[in-house]
Amino acid sequence: MKLITHNMLTSKCIKGVLTGYPLAINATDVKVTEVDYNPDFLSRVIPKLDWEVLWTAANSIGHGEGLPKAVEPKFEENEEFLKKAHKVLLEVEVEEGYLTCPESGRQFPISKGIPNMLLTEAEVQ
Amino acid sequence: MSAVMKLKTLQGHLQELKGFAEPKIKLEQYETPPHIAAVALYTIQTQFDALDGKLVLDAGCGPGTLGLGAAIMGAGAVTAMDIDEDALEIFQENVNDMEITNIDALQCDFLSPDIFRLENYFDTVLMNPPFGTKNNSGIDMKFLQAALRLCSDSVYSLHKSSTRSHIQKKIKEWGVKGSVVAELRYDLPATYKFHKQQSRDIAVDLWRVYHPQS
Ligand SMILES: C[S@@+](CC[C@H](N)C(=O)[O-])C[C@H]1O[C@@H](n2cnc3c(N)ncnc32)[C@H](O)[C@@H]1O
Repeated sequence: MKLITHNMLTSKCIKGVLTGYPLAINATDVKVTEVDYNPDFLSRVIPKLDWEVLWTAANSIGHGEGLPKAVEPKFEENEEFLKKAHKVLLEVEVEEGYLTCPESGRQFPISKGIPNMLLTEAEVQ
Repeated sequence: MSAVMKLKTLQGHLQELKGFAEPKIKLEQYETPPHIAAVALYTIQTQFDALDGKLVLDAGCGPGTLGLGAAIMGAGAVTAMDIDEDALEIFQENVNDMEITNIDALQCDFLSPDIFRLENYFDTVLMNPPFGTKNNSGIDMKFLQAALRLCSDSVYSLHKSSTRSHIQKKIKEWGVKGSVVAELRYDLPATYKFHKQQSRDIAVDLWRVYHPQS
């Protein structure tokens, strides 16, 4: 699971959960894979993100170093910023661990890089 | 951006992918054949510029033909999701074999709402949804609706041509726009017992469905 994916995931479908966001990450295995750098793509995606959640998530798995706490003004022209964003969003991946719903405490296992977000019928709203 | 890959080269890559190991009939697990997927992806890129540099969702990815094909066509990042663990295992093998790194997978039910924080987050959604059988008729339309909610531009979806007028009616009902952008022939594998009695050669449409403002 890449952090770009984590930034969008919620556990709102659980019965009684209001926002289910952000999911806490517990990682036992994190890897970094190289991904082609595409500044235009990043510039379009970054405004959709919750940057604070990205920052916290990156730090919680030990990859937050040097990542600015907020999106910088004119970030589209700031290559240093974009490269850091590129790395945490697309290159860092949680291989093993679990996600935790902030309200219900329900855990979602991440195995071989894939989070299992399936719920039982009884758990759904 | 990168020049568009030749159709034949794309099809060649897609032919390398592994298919479902033990297709589950209940989940309608048959993969989009490489020639169909290649023509579909090629059309989506060359006519609508909807893959290169885009944020793409592959809904019900199975072994990943559509999502991996989108990545090969230059997608900025691809999210793939399927409800089935075994399908995702093959998906992961294909990702590793192809050495594609800008793709991420999730195990979830595409029809359960609210998995994602934002609506209209993805630029492009690709899918070959379950057609629906007696027990879950209408699942294809549910997939289409869920996909529309998640995308800001267009959904590209494969459907049996025999459902064309039904889809036309539905999209009118929903107040969205859409048309068939390619007509293809889907050769269901004979091993897929469920379809054995029926004609193996099925005409399919590649639909482009989108919000009126986009
Ligand atoms: C017709 S196959 C298409 C596979 C692949 N996209 C392709 O084009 O080769 C449909 C896929 O949808 C998946 N599926 C069925 N119901 C689903 C659901 N509710 N949520 C997510 N995936 C589902 C199945 O496991 C299967 O992999």
